[in-house]
Amino acid sequence: MKLTLHRRYTFAASHRLHSPQLSEDENWRAYGKCNNPYGHGHNYIVEVAVSGPVDPETGMIANLADLDSFVQREVLDAFDHTYLNEQVPAFKEMVPTTENVAREIFRRLENFPAARLEGIKIQETSLNSFEFDREKSGGSSS
Amino acid sequence: MIRITRKIEFSAAHLYNNPKLSPEENRRIFGKCNNPHGHGHNYTLEVTVAGEPDPVTGMVLDLKDLKEILQREIIERMDHRFLNYEVPELTGQIPTTENVAQLIWKLLEPKITRGKLDRVRLYESPDLFVDCTRNGTA
Repeated sequence: MKLTLHRRYTFAASHRLHSPQLSEDENWRAYGKCNNPYGHGHNYIVEVAVSGPVDPETGMIANLADLDSFVQREVLDAFDHTYLNEQVPAFKEMVPTTENVAREIFRRLENFPAARLEGIKIQETSLNSFEFDREKSGGSSS
Repeated sequence: MIRITRKIEFSAAHLYNNPKLSPEENRRIFGKCNNPHGHGHNYTLEVTVAGEPDPVTGMVLDLKDLKEILQREIIERMDHRFLNYEVPELTGQIPTTENVAQLIWKLLEPKITRGKLDRVRLYESPDLFVDCTRNGTA
């Protein structure tokens, strides 16, 4: 039997999907409205999954207060109410699609000390979501 | 293989306290959950059974049977109960979502005779849930 704890967080941010490797026309074709030069925003929902043995003293895989403060410090403080393209260094180099946001969040949380990070699920809107899973990604987030 | 999921809800009270720890340590580790009067949640439980559909009925298992198992094993045991004091299987354990999910797996696993129990997902709130799966499956 394997136990996985899932915790849900939210942040709001803006982004613009634009690749410097593509022409203006190609960017418009690839990204449509998401290429609007002024950017646009979403309320993102992030589900963080961690696994590990249940500590008999606490009955917990990881203390939620520790997980919450780690996610707050590593992700929410850096992402919430920002323009991702300009204010999160990783997105100066890569397009902040939700795929890449999921990878970056995984990278930032990978070293959570109290339990093993299994994966990240991120919902950009209620109609689309993306998952980045340690097993299926071979453990690398890059 | 097909996975079939049935959802139920139950409401229960609990508190987190380890008698081996001092009151100060209990408050530090468990925070508000250490309130000696307890507090409660509306739990949502999703139970997933995996198997091949029967060629005659087209069903992995009869959902009516699963509904009855969930009623008998989970609702009657946990709904509108104080988990620490009224669920004997949790005696000596802290009724965290992890431990309650594990107990639900242990209660249901032997009762599912058509198909195999594949996953128990227990939500304490929309923002916190625990998955219990067989070893080696995620």
